[in-house]
Amino acid sequence: MAEASYPEDLKYHPEHDWARIEGDEAVLGVTWYAQDALGEVVFFEGPNVGDELKQGEPYAEVESVKSVSDVIAPLSGEVVAVNETLADAPESINADPYGSGWLVRIRLADPAEAGSLMDAGAYADGLE
Amino acid sequence: MTLDPGLRRTPLYETHLEAEAKIVPFAGWEMPVFYDGIKEEHIAVRTHAGIFDVSHMGRIEIEGRGSLAFLQRLLSNDAARLEEGEAQYTLLLNEQAGILDDLLLYRIGGDRYLVVTNAGNHADDLARFGQIAREFDVYVRDVSLDYVMLAIQGRHARRTIESQLRIELPPRMGLTVQRVGGRPAFVCGTGYTGEDGVELMIDPDVGPAVWSELVDAGVVPCGLGSRDTLRLEACFPLHGNDIGPETDPISTGLGWACVEATGFIGSDRVAELRRQGTGRRLVPFLIEGDGIPRPGNPVIFNEEVVGEVTSGTFSPSLERGIGMAYIESGAAGQGTAIEIDVRGKRRDARVSSKPLYPKER
Repeated sequence: MAEASYPEDLKYHPEHDWARIEGDEAVLGVTWYAQDALGEVVFFEGPNVGDELKQGEPYAEVESVKSVSDVIAPLSGEVVAVNETLADAPESINADPYGSGWLVRIRLADPAEAGSLMDAGAYADGLE
Repeated sequence: MTLDPGLRRTPLYETHLEAEAKIVPFAGWEMPVFYDGIKEEHIAVRTHAGIFDVSHMGRIEIEGRGSLAFLQRLLSNDAARLEEGEAQYTLLLNEQAGILDDLLLYRIGGDRYLVVTNAGNHADDLARFGQIAREFDVYVRDVSLDYVMLAIQGRHARRTIESQLRIELPPRMGLTVQRVGGRPAFVCGTGYTGEDGVELMIDPDVGPAVWSELVDAGVVPCGLGSRDTLRLEACFPLHGNDIGPETDPISTGLGWACVEATGFIGSDRVAELRRQGTGRRLVPFLIEGDGIPRPGNPVIFNEEVVGEVTSGTFSPSLERGIGMAYIESGAAGQGTAIEIDVRGKRRDARVSSKPLYPKER
């Protein structure tokens, strides 16, 4: 994805993570900014289904050719699905960070936590 | 990203910006780390040809009746072996045989020589050269700003340069003085990728035009990111990562670049280390499954920590983790099964031979 984009329907964590809240669940991923800063992603190592994520704590690792980065949980909850296609195609995180490059789906532990996240405008402003 | 205003830019900086390079601070310079992507650029060099701006590296010219005696004292390799128009890999050591820098020494002709230094070490190298030069009848001059330095590397590099620039290329590790872009230039058969290629030291005024001409002819612009993955596949040590003042030429496998008979600074210590051994070796390794090693990762053999990774990355050619590590001699034999502790996870690995990615013949 060549152009920066921050979809309006997502919530953002300052560590460059996004959450798409769907009822009592949420899909999580890294932002356009994060994948651009990383460069080409060559390896993704995520949690297992059933693992508990805690807001603000690392739950996965994304490696690019040059570096490795922790992925921070924007929200707390139990992992109900992991994007298995990333094992073979980690570059989806670069190509489509909000679509096929999603990382995990969680069942929210505390829906009120979402109030601490930013909307797209606030997140994008913070990058400048 | 805000960059340090004290960072330097090469004469090709604007060219890199126009090509939408991702620029990063590196050794005091603002340099392109990649244009379209490290993997693509890496593969371009392995399969076709790539061009790197390496103008940030330092260049020092040495001239005068005492130049050979000076170089024999200062540098580890035997400069007397150099015919006119030849280059050699050599080391700048301290008295304890710590590696202050690794260099390419070119004999331009007669008693005139040229040295290429690593960007981060250039100022210190220059000071040391100047200090030792006082004992000899020799002139030492920093000529870094006199040239733009381009490295064109890859299996089609030579062919493309010959047809585009209409110049005769020297053999590997050779140097000729020719006109490039209408101005006098050094054309060198050297490089740092494990592929055939050429390095050009050319007039800064014509640098951007020569760059653009080669890019228009299909040579792919490459940044420091692929330079690092390429050199690691070739098992070329990087000063500051794999070698440095705390490492000696024997552990690093660079004893071949030391000729003690010349009496260079540190030669006594090198001879001693050669006799005694150092107990550890810098060796390349391949990760056998998942995981990408990084500098600082511990190396484990028989449940003991036996060393540390100094360079590690994802290899675009081999599509797996690769690296170099200092390993205790007992576990450093080729083929030894080791483990790398990658951020708390044990990854299976195997000590390999050099290079990790052999050039196709």
